[in-house]
Amino acid sequence: MSDFDPGRWKPAAFLPEADARDGSLIFVVATLCFLACLTALTVLATDRAARGWSDQLTGQATVIVRAKGAETPDSAAARAAEALSGLPGVGEVRALEKEKAEALIAPWLGDIADLDDLPVPRLVAVDLDPKAPATPQSLDKALKAQGLDAVVDDHSIWLKDIQRAAGFARWVGVAVFALIAAAAGAVVAFATRAGLTARHEVVEVLHLAGAENDFIARLFQMRFARMAALAGLFGAGGAAIMGAILRLMGGGQGLTPVLPIVWTDLLAVLPCPVAAGLVAAVAARLTAQALIAKMT
Amino acid sequence: MLRQPHDEGALDAEGAVLAFDDVSMRYGRAPETLKDLNFSLAPGSFHFLTGASGAGKSSLLKLIYLAAKPSKGLIHLFGQNVSAVPVKEQPMLRRRIGVVFQEFRLLDHMSAFDNVALPLRIAGRKPDSYRQDVAELLAWVGLRSRMHAMPATLAGGEKQRLAIARAVVNRPDILLADEPTGNVDHEMGLRILRLFVELNRLGTTVLIATHDQDLVARSGKPVLHLEEGRLTQLGPVGGGG
Repeated sequence: MSDFDPGRWKPAAFLPEADARDGSLIFVVATLCFLACLTALTVLATDRAARGWSDQLTGQATVIVRAKGAETPDSAAARAAEALSGLPGVGEVRALEKEKAEALIAPWLGDIADLDDLPVPRLVAVDLDPKAPATPQSLDKALKAQGLDAVVDDHSIWLKDIQRAAGFARWVGVAVFALIAAAAGAVVAFATRAGLTARHEVVEVLHLAGAENDFIARLFQMRFARMAALAGLFGAGGAAIMGAILRLMGGGQGLTPVLPIVWTDLLAVLPCPVAAGLVAAVAARLTAQALIAKMT
Repeated sequence: MLRQPHDEGALDAEGAVLAFDDVSMRYGRAPETLKDLNFSLAPGSFHFLTGASGAGKSSLLKLIYLAAKPSKGLIHLFGQNVSAVPVKEQPMLRRRIGVVFQEFRLLDHMSAFDNVALPLRIAGRKPDSYRQDVAELLAWVGLRSRMHAMPATLAGGEKQRLAIARAVVNRPDILLADEPTGNVDHEMGLRILRLFVELNRLGTTVLIATHDQDLVARSGKPVLHLEEGRLTQLGPVGGGG
């Protein structure tokens, strides 16, 4: 006699639970999710770095001062610093020492033993008020009023370059992210196709027992969505661990000076399992619907 | 009953659970497998469908359980022109047809109990409303002690009876069986026949495709005979079993 108790019976899953291909699919989708999350972290860090550089450049101006007539470069630089100090929108003003100015231009001049013979200009670093910075025109006017031969560099050329580079990096990141999402979708679609083909018999029996095509498609949709969400969890977890290691090993100061990661960046990986599940659900549903319609 | 093509009243499918009107069928560009079929089945009737291998028995059953489409002619099922039924509504028609396949088509990942409960689950019934029915049905087909068994562990006759239980669990209006005794011994064949007769007594229209002439002879039921895709009549034909 059977010890089977119908009262305690729990319905079995419509589709077989395990499949040898499931492990490979989870691995591939997890890898794609890992790469997608790393891309997201990189985009965030790049954006932060670009904003940091922009803030620095926006808050400063450099004045290049050339001595005129019998005036010494040091005296011209000191006069320029004095002329700019106290102007509205100007914070601290520092005339850089000769050695610093020479060190800055050394890369362009090469290995010259004695720069004394050259009319090396002096530099004046100007910190601007971040809330209401002085315009280059107002600085230039103040310098001209003192009869100084000086050029104001507000870093606008560099700023535009950095902003353009940051924008480009952002779009590249978004494009890579979209590409990875599309690849994940294609992998799931392929797996759905293989899964449906392998379970052709099950699909046919369900169909002939009166199951609607939508019902069968939903079974595959749920199955692959669950699998992709699990893979997304693995991928996101891996990327979060990688991000945490980079942060712990130095963050903005250490290993990743150009990609400063902060702890809150790691939250960016949280939507990954849901996103992976959604992409998989859409891909599996569309594939299953098309295949079931053809099969039946 | 058999009808002549286009004879008076041939298009009138009223009263019949199934009516074929001048139906032909072909697979792709191949020659016609079924040619100009005209017949109808009255509610509660019991027929055998006979014919040599390749005569088109399985194809005819496929047309009835909506797994294939006719290349010509009209099929009326439960008074509805099948060709005019929207795809979304076809599952509702299929739920009124029970099919016993020659190769059983049991789901190997499900227990015997789960296999039988499948059509009821698909129909959206709650487990509590059918647990007892499924158990009783399995007992009725002689599988009381095998409810938890997986199909792979069942013998041929047990699989056959399980497939029959699954086909009839939601009390279909039509029961189709394709060579239901093809994989079992003579004694089991007779037991299965008795099951079908019992179901027929309960009001189910039964159509059984078989090679087993002995079974047909013992039953005394009317026969639809296929020869090279054409339907001919053998034996007694009538509206009832």
